[in-house]
Amino acid sequence: MNETTLEIPCEIPEDARNPVEPFLRMDRMPHIWCAGCGIGTTVNCFTRALLDSKANLDKVAVVSGIGCTGRVAGYARLDSFHTTHGRAIPFATGLKLANPELQVVVYSGDGDLFAIGGNHFIHAARRNMDLKVICVNNMIYAMTGGQTAPTTPGTAITATAPYGVSEPTFNLASLAEAAGASYVARWTTYHVKQLARSMEEVLKRKGFCFIEVLSPCPTLYQRRNKMGDGLDAMKDYKAKSKVRNGAPTGECALSMTGEIVVGKFVDRERPDYLELLRAQMTETLGDRYAEPEVSCCSEG
Amino acid sequence: MAKGFVAIMAERCKGCGFCVEFCPTRVLTLSSAFNSKGYHPPYPVAAEKCSGCDLCGMYCPDFAIFGGRHAR
Repeated sequence: MNETTLEIPCEIPEDARNPVEPFLRMDRMPHIWCAGCGIGTTVNCFTRALLDSKANLDKVAVVSGIGCTGRVAGYARLDSFHTTHGRAIPFATGLKLANPELQVVVYSGDGDLFAIGGNHFIHAARRNMDLKVICVNNMIYAMTGGQTAPTTPGTAITATAPYGVSEPTFNLASLAEAAGASYVARWTTYHVKQLARSMEEVLKRKGFCFIEVLSPCPTLYQRRNKMGDGLDAMKDYKAKSKVRNGAPTGECALSMTGEIVVGKFVDRERPDYLELLRAQMTETLGDRYAEPEVSCCSEG
Repeated sequence: MAKGFVAIMAERCKGCGFCVEFCPTRVLTLSSAFNSKGYHPPYPVAAEKCSGCDLCGMYCPDFAIFGGRHAR
């Protein structure tokens, strides 16, 4: 138990490589995320999903907004876009419409997607834009110093609510369903296998897909609320989460200490934005409608 | 011989302990040694039990550990 050396006693094959490394810009490591933060874990799941779905990596783009999770775009060795605060979805929409062949993944945090970018989210979901939105929910604005976010649960202590948060919160899964998302799931960073499978599933399907991932924030959320470190949050997720696939999203609100309902809540087929646009244009213009040519994606 | 192996890049570790807690065969423990940033990286105390499932690699937020199976 008391090893004072960092030498590894077991033999490791020489050609063994971390399966994550081909997907990351390793020259930028170590990353800025705190010890015990779960964002790196979600990136692991995302890379496993990319591997398993055999996606063509030249046609996958990651778009992030601002925030801790917004850094993912900078660390992913894919075409990526680090956009202005809250505007990840508008940039992603433009990317998708200009080049519909691209698989556009929006990877951002709860503050970016639901506070500053809240309207963009609901309208992209309403249009059923073919985007895959992964929201890492750490329940707080972490990068700016722990201010109250729309997802901060009641009575939590934050930098802007030293006597406890009194506002009701967003239930992100319910919001996404009501706005029209065609796929809604929630996992925590404890559920790595399920999360990777869920991400793989959305990479293979069309339409607006939303995955919420609960992640620990030991530095700003848990420290102020005396909730321990990252590992305590993970143990908490393990103890309190309950998988209920297909559960009505309205009953899946999160609270500070209550049960965490996880699972795939919504999976429905709706015509996406481009399909509807094409159908409408063809109906109105007939032969005069021509598909716009995509020339920005070189072959090979 | 163990079915799998676990590779640890101690310098990249931030000592969160996710791999130690969630290893299904309890291969790892936090070492008492420090890396250059002052964190305690994991150490395989029971390397022979490793099944090579790579769950530690899935959990590690710092991409500092991974597991794999030995070729037979």
